[in-house]
Amino acid sequence: MTEEELIPTSSSLLSFSLFPCCRPLSVSLSRSPSLSPPLFLSPPLSFPQIHIIDFDDENNIISKSVLLHQAGEIWHISASPADKAVLSTCYNKTSESRVVTCGAVWRMPPEWESGSHESPDDPHNSHNPQNLELLCHLDNSAHGNASSVLWEPMGDGTRVISLADNHALLWDLTESSTQATISSSATLEGKGQLKFTSGKWGPHHNCTQLATANDTAIRGWDLRTMSQIYCIENAHGQLVRDLDFNPNKQYYLASCGDDCKVKFWDVRNINEPVKSLEEHSHWVWSVRYNHSHDQLVLTGSSDSRVILSNMVSISSEPFGHLVDDDDLSDGEDNHQYDKSKEPLQDSIISTYEEHEDSVYAVEWSSADPWLFASLSYDGRLVINRVPRALKYHILL
Amino acid sequence: MYGNFSVCFSARKRRVHGMLKLYYGLNEEGKTVDQAESMNPCDINGTHFDPEVYLNKLRRECSLGELMDQESCMVKQIRSLDSDMQTLVYENYNKFISATDTIRKMKNDFKKMEDEMDCLSTNMAAITEFSAHISGTLQDQHAQITKLSGVHTLLRKLQFLFELPARLNKCLELQAYSQAVSSHRRARCVLQQYSHMPSFRGIQDDCHAIMDKLAQELRQKFRDGGSSAKDLSECVELLLQLDEPAEELCDKFLIHAQSRLEANLRGLEAETDILEFIDRGCNEFVSSLCLVIASYQELFVNRPQEGNLASKNIPHMAIGKLHAFVDAMATCYFSLVERRIQEEKSVGDNSLLVRALDRFHRRLQAVAKLLPGSAVPSQGTEIVVRAARERIQQYLAALQSFYLDSLRDVRQALAAPRLGGSSAGGELLSSLSASILNQIKSVMASVQLFTAKDITFSNKPYFKGEFCSQGVRESLVVNFIKFVCQSSRQFCESVGDRGGSTPPALLLLLSRLCLDYETSTITYILTLTDEQFLVQHRSPVTAVAALCGEAREAAQKLLNHYVKVQGLIISQMLRKSVETRDWVNTIEPRNVRAVMKRVVEDTTSIDVQVSLLYEEGTRKAHSSDSSKRTFSVYSGSRQQTRYAPSYTPSAAMDTNFLSNIHKLFSERIDIFSPVEFNKVSVVTGIIKISLKTFLECVRLRTFGRYGLQQIQVDCNYLQMYLWRFVSDENLVHFLLDEIVGSTAHRCLDPAPMEQSVIEVICERG
Repeated sequence: MTEEELIPTSSSLLSFSLFPCCRPLSVSLSRSPSLSPPLFLSPPLSFPQIHIIDFDDENNIISKSVLLHQAGEIWHISASPADKAVLSTCYNKTSESRVVTCGAVWRMPPEWESGSHESPDDPHNSHNPQNLELLCHLDNSAHGNASSVLWEPMGDGTRVISLADNHALLWDLTESSTQATISSSATLEGKGQLKFTSGKWGPHHNCTQLATANDTAIRGWDLRTMSQIYCIENAHGQLVRDLDFNPNKQYYLASCGDDCKVKFWDVRNINEPVKSLEEHSHWVWSVRYNHSHDQLVLTGSSDSRVILSNMVSISSEPFGHLVDDDDLSDGEDNHQYDKSKEPLQDSIISTYEEHEDSVYAVEWSSADPWLFASLSYDGRLVINRVPRALKYHILL
Repeated sequence: MYGNFSVCFSARKRRVHGMLKLYYGLNEEGKTVDQAESMNPCDINGTHFDPEVYLNKLRRECSLGELMDQESCMVKQIRSLDSDMQTLVYENYNKFISATDTIRKMKNDFKKMEDEMDCLSTNMAAITEFSAHISGTLQDQHAQITKLSGVHTLLRKLQFLFELPARLNKCLELQAYSQAVSSHRRARCVLQQYSHMPSFRGIQDDCHAIMDKLAQELRQKFRDGGSSAKDLSECVELLLQLDEPAEELCDKFLIHAQSRLEANLRGLEAETDILEFIDRGCNEFVSSLCLVIASYQELFVNRPQEGNLASKNIPHMAIGKLHAFVDAMATCYFSLVERRIQEEKSVGDNSLLVRALDRFHRRLQAVAKLLPGSAVPSQGTEIVVRAARERIQQYLAALQSFYLDSLRDVRQALAAPRLGGSSAGGELLSSLSASILNQIKSVMASVQLFTAKDITFSNKPYFKGEFCSQGVRESLVVNFIKFVCQSSRQFCESVGDRGGSTPPALLLLLSRLCLDYETSTITYILTLTDEQFLVQHRSPVTAVAALCGEAREAAQKLLNHYVKVQGLIISQMLRKSVETRDWVNTIEPRNVRAVMKRVVEDTTSIDVQVSLLYEEGTRKAHSSDSSKRTFSVYSGSRQQTRYAPSYTPSAAMDTNFLSNIHKLFSERIDIFSPVEFNKVSVVTGIIKISLKTFLECVRLRTFGRYGLQQIQVDCNYLQMYLWRFVSDENLVHFLLDEIVGSTAHRCLDPAPMEQSVIEVICERG
């Protein structure tokens, strides 16, 4: 469909441009063994559509399919953990010169599922994009604008949380996801107009925890009672933009915000962050732990940079693999290797500067733990790989 | 003729001879010659004279005339010799006659004397006889007298012995102890010797009883303590003579001294003024201590060793005891002094303390002289050293609190409404730095007292070396400078980034202060210190460059923080203004929003604030119409894209391509990047932060047609006023361009306003 320029640069695996003004980026949990999972992208405003990018790691081939999202501009997107054809979005609906943000669950058309991946050189296919099939609205006008929809991690795709203004709503979906009912809800109370900016469903403790951000505070919720467990006031100097749970270490949480900082918390001691990074020169919009090697932390910022950090000291493997390194010391990339061999201390692995505009989203691939993608406002998607030296260092 | 020859010959011979002699190194000149002369048989006066040879010679050699002359001459000589002989004979004859007369007269005299000698010998014989007779008669009486005088002496001794108890008693009564002791000593051996006789035994027992009593009394007196040192020493001496154990005496003496010294110490505790305290301590405690040492040494250590006392090695034992005692007393005293010195917290006048310490130290030297091996003086020096160290710490604390106080003042001055002109920032800075510098100087002057020449301890190695380099330079000056940097940095880390509690103006002021420190003040202060204290860098010291680096770092950090805080304040205004408005349903713009005016005003006031403290800095050349630029990016192709509802990517790609090309050629903007130390850089940083926030906020909203137009108007207004503040106006232009471009992207109905209308609105204000 588009003239996707594959620009092989020295450091990045590949980067190419999509529509400008992109914002959401999500990775579904495909279990396909040979292919890395599809990425979902959403261009803006007047062309609400979802781009499904498939990246064949071995052949370096990118394939893309486009689905129309007629309902409106997408602000948030997330895939069901159980059914790779099901996804949820938050979108702007403009009606009578009013902009309302709604949440909904969709099913991708079956053609896509069958795996008919068109090659990027085939422009005809993309001219006939298919619509998404609406499964149900996660809508409750009483609860205001939805800012994000969260699926239960590792769940069976029947439980969803939507964050709407100052409410966190827990929905139960039917088997086919065609009907959603609110099972419980929590409300943020306090002075002024409080609004959830982002949230994350924690994978630990049998998925009973939710972390949310509003303004400068981070709050934790117990989903069984829908009550607040902790509140980190002034977690960041300014607005908190994003949160992520450490997938391998309970109680550990990363947050980022407008004060250019990335902070790591142990929620058992909320007075002080465990660690604080200040590497970006503008707001940090997104922070992601690697799904399997939680020392790898990815951050994207509106200073147009993506930074990959190695937070060994607070990871679940603080001492690395305890293997002696005699048999590893030779190899072609000796120099790089030696450099990466030393750190059992935290360090910046690399800074990716391929983007020309603010980076709003970064994601790890769910199939290949060494692969990640970042998306900037101008529509450029960059797929990168963790430096090989570091990869070997972590693995061996 | 002959004479001439002879002379000539002999001269020549002598010459040859001389040369030979020279060769052989001989030195017997003239001997052979003399011999030759004396052996000459023709010499008429010589011993080997031979008339025959002489006559022959004359006859052979001389003419007749000459012979005649020779003969007459010789006859004349013979005649004179004959007459001489005659007179000699006459004279000797007379003398012989008178001698014969004298001998005859002597013969007569000797005969008379022989008679008298005979008479004398008979008389002497008679005397001898008489004498023998007398001595024979007196023999018996002489023996008797000798015996009588012996008895007399014995009787006198016995009488002394018998009278001894009474005499001792009397002495006891009169308290003439020394007399009693000497009497007893004289009698002691005798009594000991004859103790087997009952009468003597009685006397001995009496004496013992009395002497015991006396010893008792002496001990009592010793124990009482009321007596003077001289009395005491007398007591001790007597007791020693009475065979009291020396060790016990030492102990008692020292215990007694201790009680007095402790009384002195107790007296000290009441003293309030440090100088009086030390004075009193010196005059009472130290001098009594010296007295004790002196008298003790006189009593136990330096006294002549006699008899059985010598074997006990008293001095050794006594010195040991003395040392222990002095050490113990000194420890008490020192702890008191140290406590007192620690109470001396007020840093106003250092001279009192220094003088007190000097006196303290000086007086302890006396102890050193009296008791050479004692540790007391060195301990005293240590106390002085500790006090000096303590003092430096106190001064550092005082400097720090002074600094914080002046910062508080500055903060208040900044908070107070401005009365006078706007030059407050510069004046505050200069007064602040001047007052800090003055304070440092006065502190250094105070500390310098420790090293003054007339202070006894100033020549100790500590005060010459370590005190200057480690103490004053490192602990005081360097630490203070570090503290300034540190506390400045703390302002940057103050809780919450929402402006924090520190007023931005203070941050700016401190940043300038640190920068000034880096450029000149640190070097000045350290040079001053080195000069005043003649610091010899034996131990490693902090380099000036390192401190300057620290100060610069602090200055940079403060300035960055200032930019961040000010940027945040403006950002918050812009953010609120974007987030709270309903941009879809807004009305057609008629004027610039008040927020934008506020932004420009704030930027202007920041510009003024910064310009008071920082230089202008460089900026790129302005184009001729800096204030008037149109934002063209949103128009043209991008606009067309909007109206094409299809997702045909080619058109979209065009705009994207254009914008990417544009970005490719413009440099990446680091929003929160470090700023340089000049006004333009600072204000540029603030404007960058503000506009970037504006951009990001706009991208999160959805706009209607008039919303876009309002943003156009606002951006144009900002362009009109902000370009003059920044180093590169393209930067402002680029960011505003992005804002309008992004707004257009986010617009549901992008119909831009005419540039001319925008300008009219903006100029209307």
